Amino acid sequence: MPENANNSAELKVRSEKRDGAVLIIPAGEIDLTSSPTLRVELKRVQADKPARLVIDLSAVPYMDSAGVATLVEAMQAARKSSTKLVLCGMQDKVRSIFEISRLDAVFTIVHDQNAAMGN
Amino acid sequence: MKPVHQSSSTSSTTPAASAPEGEDRPEVRIQITSNPLYLSGTRELVAGVSRRLGFTEEACSQIALAVDEALANVIRHGYLKAPDKPIWISLYPTKEPGSSGPFGDSCQACSLRIVIEDEARQVDTSVIKSRDLDEIRPGGLGVHIIKSVMDHVEYVKRPAAGMRLTMIKHRSSSSADCAASGSGNGGACCAPANAKDRPHA
Repeated sequence: MPENANNSAELKVRSEKRDGAVLIIPAGEIDLTSSPTLRVELKRVQADKPARLVIDLSAVPYMDSAGVATLVEAMQAARKSSTKLVLCGMQDKVRSIFEISRLDAVFTIVHDQNAAMGN
Repeated sequence: MKPVHQSSSTSSTTPAASAPEGEDRPEVRIQITSNPLYLSGTRELVAGVSRRLGFTEEACSQIALAVDEALANVIRHGYLKAPDKPIWISLYPTKEPGSSGPFGDSCQACSLRIVIEDEARQVDTSVIKSRDLDEIRPGGLGVHIIKSVMDHVEYVKRPAAGMRLTMIKHRSSSSADCAASGSGNGGACCAPANAKDRPHA
């Protein structure tokens, strides 16, 4: 097994508050191994019921259905707390799984952070 | 991840022992344990092999995604997250009929058959199906994704134990594949035409 084969286990998730919104920036592959890392961080920030939650996926080169399920959970929690959840920065590979799952019309997906922050 | 070496001491439930008589040998076969840690390396391997066989980047990504989803299903639903159970992944590239070279002059491979086998609990294949996508909920998308990106998907119970999933991706399913190969005969260059294109039970 190559040394970098466990990239998915090395998902890093950064979060910051900006202009009244919470910005989540995962970096790395999101799959069955790494999705719990994202789920934990999302639950942590959603506990405060932010008005807007932006997830910047520009540093996510790969996502499988486990990652999608994590974001669906976040969307359901956002609806309950009246949080506006926005995804941005999707790479083509990641966008395709949303399209295959017909979730591209369910999520609010915009091009970049600026658009996601409502600027 | 470790290569599987065929030998007379092979377990009675390994793919080598359970393969139907006359089955062709895979050109790549690996065995992993049911630890999600190895998903990333496995999909990198599958994508890399697909790339070298001439599939487009989009097709390589789709093939790797299908394998990833299939393995995740085995780990979660078959082995119930036990991390030390065996899973075999076998790749069978299908060459162009009548080609002179090992992979033909126009297409490096016409299709790729991927077989994933396990020793997990057997399930009724009729219940393995895509879920209603109008129902927005987490989970249950794996089978839908696999069936969406692959040209042929078939689940069967293995004779000894576990399940066998056969997936086929044709290069002809994307006209860009053949156009990129410069074959000049369009989608026909990759049309399945021999027995190897058909999955076996």
